[in-house]
Amino acid sequence: MKKNKKKKIKINRRELLAGTASFGAIALTTKVVNSQEANPNNLPPNVPEWTAELGAGVDANPYGMPSEFEKNVIRRNVEWLTASTESSVNFTPIQDLEGIITPNGLCFERHHGGVSIINPKDYRLMINGLVDREMIFTLDDLKRFPQTNKFYFLECAANGGMEWKGSQLNGCQYTFGMVHNVQYTGVKLSDLILETGLKPKAKWVLAEGSDSSGMTRSIPIEKILDDCMIAWAMNGEALRSEQGYPARLVVPGWEGNMWVKWLRRLEFGDMPYMTREETSKYTDLLPDGKARMFTWVMDAKSVVTSPSPEKAIFKKGVHQLRGLAWSGRGKIKRVDVSLDGGKNWETAKLHDPVLSKSLARFTLPFEWNGQELLVQSRAIDETNYVQPTIQELQKLRGVNSIYHNNSIATWKVNKDGTVDNVRLG
Amino acid sequence: MFDLVRKLTIFFIMIAIPIILHASERKFNLGKIATKTEIAGWDIDVRPDGVGAPIGSGNAIDGEEIYAEQCASCHGDFGEGLDRWPELVGGEDSLDTHDPVKTTGSYWPYASTMYDYIYRAMPFGVAQSLTHDETYSVVAYLLNMNEIIEEDFVLNDKNIGKIKMPNVEGFLLPDPRPDISNLNGKPCMKNCVSPTKIIGKARDIDVTPEDEKS
Repeated sequence: MKKNKKKKIKINRRELLAGTASFGAIALTTKVVNSQEANPNNLPPNVPEWTAELGAGVDANPYGMPSEFEKNVIRRNVEWLTASTESSVNFTPIQDLEGIITPNGLCFERHHGGVSIINPKDYRLMINGLVDREMIFTLDDLKRFPQTNKFYFLECAANGGMEWKGSQLNGCQYTFGMVHNVQYTGVKLSDLILETGLKPKAKWVLAEGSDSSGMTRSIPIEKILDDCMIAWAMNGEALRSEQGYPARLVVPGWEGNMWVKWLRRLEFGDMPYMTREETSKYTDLLPDGKARMFTWVMDAKSVVTSPSPEKAIFKKGVHQLRGLAWSGRGKIKRVDVSLDGGKNWETAKLHDPVLSKSLARFTLPFEWNGQELLVQSRAIDETNYVQPTIQELQKLRGVNSIYHNNSIATWKVNKDGTVDNVRLG
Repeated sequence: MFDLVRKLTIFFIMIAIPIILHASERKFNLGKIATKTEIAGWDIDVRPDGVGAPIGSGNAIDGEEIYAEQCASCHGDFGEGLDRWPELVGGEDSLDTHDPVKTTGSYWPYASTMYDYIYRAMPFGVAQSLTHDETYSVVAYLLNMNEIIEEDFVLNDKNIGKIKMPNVEGFLLPDPRPDISNLNGKPCMKNCVSPTKIIGKARDIDVTPEDEKS
């Protein structure tokens, strides 16, 4: 009896090995299987292959990765935008995400000198300038301060920057994907400065990164003391290197460039420092040649993530329109959706939780019977700000300001179900 | 008894008061005091008024040679910018046109920012490798190329905060947003006036990376 049992296990092992081989074969044909019809052998009344054999055991993947059938859900960049990938940006695949949390590996990246790799033992945060005590903290020191956990969106001020003059990139990811939303764990700066003290003349803070660009931005003291934090974790785990490991600045509701990664220093001063990033970049050029400076807040914005250029409609009948909305001024109050280019609107369902300065999820069921649609969404935040049209922004700011395009986009659903990024006029 | 009171008083003055003061100063007793040397190594920022500028000097004649060796391979011999690397020279009178060219000469409001940025981040990938004199020289060269200073002008820590850049008055503060008209939370819902003619399609521009379909 005992012998038999042993034999059986052996056979199973062999089957398992064979199973692994066929698993590899499936992987090779993923694209075809994924994009075409189902394999009838796996459909009722047949017993699917994954039922007939054992799957992988524990520890096959000590840090779990997404299913191999989700390989298309990745960050993407636009090569022609920048001279090098070390000083460049890629985009979150928001069209493929659900709910409000962005998985850590999909949070868009913006670097100015590549991704710094820092051993946390070598991490130091210096605080100097107009404080009572100029100090240095280790990462362990920071983790011993009172802790705060908050969901916040981070949006690059240039999100949608390529769309000022017209519809240019045919993708939800490329036109709205410079945004992500995670839960941060860290220490509030208002707690940290209890240790250093603050001189009355301190009105501005220079935040400085330790990456190869030495990223620097000036932030007014009111914002620093209101809700800024230094985070060491996102979505429950340590920051990813590309998001500033081991510690970054969090500046809720304000443009992503200010959220200095690989944060090494905070200098308190009595005037702004006028760094390269806040003068030659991240200033909004107007038609008369003057430029707005210190435009920090991210105004209310929304986007329909499906249907969208990447999310065609294949079947007639009922569908669930899905989208995201956010505001740097607080909570999203309402999102309206139009299917006829803005003539008629219907209020979408906002899903819990709706948090301040966080992405909010909305959905709306709709019928599609092969007709053309002009799909738009319009966010309203708790300050009653209504997301504007591109025409209104162009009238106020022209077409060369690059940053802070929070206008309503239009997706045209064609008769064949494909979807185009279009400009109405 | 007197001795005990005296001892308690001494204890209070010598031990207890400092503990109370200490606690009120440093609430958590975490971190350490930074030394002057530690701060000097990391505090490299330079403000528009010149505060923070390190002692040193340089002129455009010396700067030209350093620029040719360290900068021209990306920014071009004349600061024209190769491939998609930034242009550094020219662009005057272009900011109010359809094709604005934002360079150190046409757009940057402060020479201090040029020093600060070049020292902290350039040459690309070899950050903080230029000496202070070399950095002043490169900044002087760019200012000279943009016709802001003469080629023999000696730029240094005393005068970098006094250089007047052409576009210093070109920036508007404070942020006027929310600058849009609808701030009452009550947009039109039915039969609204809205442009519905398609005047442009991203598909026709055809610059979207190929792997765009899910």
